[in-house]
Amino acid sequence: MHTLAAQFSNWGTVVLMMIGLYVVVARGNLIKKLVGLSIFQTSVYLLYIGPGKVLGGTAAIISPNFTVYSNPLPHVLILTAIVVGVATLALGLALVIRINAAYGSIEEDEIIEQERDE
Amino acid sequence: MISQHLIILVVVIPLLASTLVALVRRPLFAWYMTLAVSLTEFVMAALLLQKTLVEKVISYPIGSWAPPLGIEYRVDALNAFVVMLIATIGAAIAIYAKRSVEREIAEENRSSYYALYLLCYTGLVGMAVTGDAFNIFVFMEIASLSSYVLIALGRNRRALYAAYQYLIIGTVGATFFVIGIGFLYLMTGTLNLADLAQRLPAVAGKAPVYVGLAFITVGLCLKLALFPLHLWLPNAYAFAPSVTTIFLAATATKVAIYLLLRFTFVVFGPSMAFHDLAFPAIWIALSVAGIFYGSVAAIFQDNVKRALAYSSVAQIGYITLGIGIATKTGLTGAVVHLFNHGIMKAALFMLLGSIALRAGAVMMSELPGLARRMPLTAIGIVIAGLSMVGVPGTVGFVSKWYLILASLEHGWWWLAALIVASSILSLIYMWRIIEAIYAKPEQNQQDKNGEPPLSMLAPSLVMVAACVYFGIDTRLPVSVAAIAAEMLLGAGR
Repeated sequence: MHTLAAQFSNWGTVVLMMIGLYVVVARGNLIKKLVGLSIFQTSVYLLYIGPGKVLGGTAAIISPNFTVYSNPLPHVLILTAIVVGVATLALGLALVIRINAAYGSIEEDEIIEQERDE
Repeated sequence: MISQHLIILVVVIPLLASTLVALVRRPLFAWYMTLAVSLTEFVMAALLLQKTLVEKVISYPIGSWAPPLGIEYRVDALNAFVVMLIATIGAAIAIYAKRSVEREIAEENRSSYYALYLLCYTGLVGMAVTGDAFNIFVFMEIASLSSYVLIALGRNRRALYAAYQYLIIGTVGATFFVIGIGFLYLMTGTLNLADLAQRLPAVAGKAPVYVGLAFITVGLCLKLALFPLHLWLPNAYAFAPSVTTIFLAATATKVAIYLLLRFTFVVFGPSMAFHDLAFPAIWIALSVAGIFYGSVAAIFQDNVKRALAYSSVAQIGYITLGIGIATKTGLTGAVVHLFNHGIMKAALFMLLGSIALRAGAVMMSELPGLARRMPLTAIGIVIAGLSMVGVPGTVGFVSKWYLILASLEHGWWWLAALIVASSILSLIYMWRIIEAIYAKPEQNQQDKNGEPPLSMLAPSLVMVAACVYFGIDTRLPVSVAAIAAEMLLGAGR
């Protein structure tokens, strides 16, 4: 129990990662796949940011009152990753709109069936 | 003065041009801009390659923040060679693109198309020159996000679904990559590739390092379409606009292969990647499976573009096979084939694009009578096709020669035999195309189409000529590849 509590951010990362990847693989609905993809990417944010926090540490602004600082670099990296995630989701949804207009469906199996008939 | 900034200029110039093109929104301006940028890049890449051959390694601290804290761009013979490949293909495409894009992309989308093309260009060059692991991820996503749109603009509705599939698989691949980088950062506290290489031995043998290695390798293999992670590739190449297919087929997978080489040999080092884990066996097994699967699948395609897309899966197998053999000869073969396959596939897809200019989709049924209607295009397909098979006197032969030599050095005659056998398969799929062009009777006799315009024919034939030229005068690619191979093998020791 002790390790579970101490590692809660890592457990959160793993659980989100697996949920996300599972949804991407197992769901046939194109929007649900994107939701899964987004959850999968979110787990990475946690993977970077969680370990960056030093217990008892403060924000990395140098001051004589503090000696322990958290690592600010992961936040900066993940800020970029979040932008990438948002762009991916937006582009994915735009593609789904176009797919829906072209195929009249956003279900993977129905689209594949239509492609097979061509 | 300016030569010391070359390494950053190759990234910044297409990036700024892309923004400008997106803001001005005039198709003709967009094309002129693309042309100017591509030709400039070609010159800069040549200078950069020359410079790296003299100075070995060029390091450029971004904003003068000294590495490893600041972001570093770092170029040696290997990535200068990759940049050279991108710039060569890019220059040929820029000339070629005008007419092809006019035919295939709706007018209101044309300037965005060029803007995204330049953005994709930026991403690929950026991935090649940067020496910072997280920077690679950012450039990878720049290149990928723009390439999804470049594919989706294909005229067939299947392009949309192909782009969607690529988006899902590509994002999973890039996320795997960034997870791997995360593990390495946790273990070493650095993101600089050279610094990583120095700090990793201290933590070698710890589980998170291997987890990082696994995530990075699988992520990159998704991007480079190693069998069986190639599922996104055939449809994406087949239904994308011609210019997109040429560019992605010739460069995008190659940059991913470069990153794989960089991480396997320089960052982790051959001892960790190859001795602690069963890497060679996995590489060789998957590569050979990919070569045979891709070649056989290519034989049964009716869509010629799709057939060549499957052939790409097979050809990537040859490159990774060289990586798996991991001797100097093997790696030379891999790096040479990286360049050679880029040229061959660019030539073939350019010629197919010329057919598409007249016929729309390039199906097998369009080919009969091509020898009469478009004799130069037909000859070009034959020569580039023979190069794909590996006929002596073409670039395809050079790379296969090195791969066979490398397998014989190990005494693996069975592997050499497999390489020869796979060449027969590629002969079959290329022969089907050549036979359709020359031997099959024409169905409709109307004289609707002749050769494509010179702006498309000339760059295609230059690429075809390059297939022959570098097949006979092998000095440039082979010597650079040998230097790169030595550097890769020497780095870990």
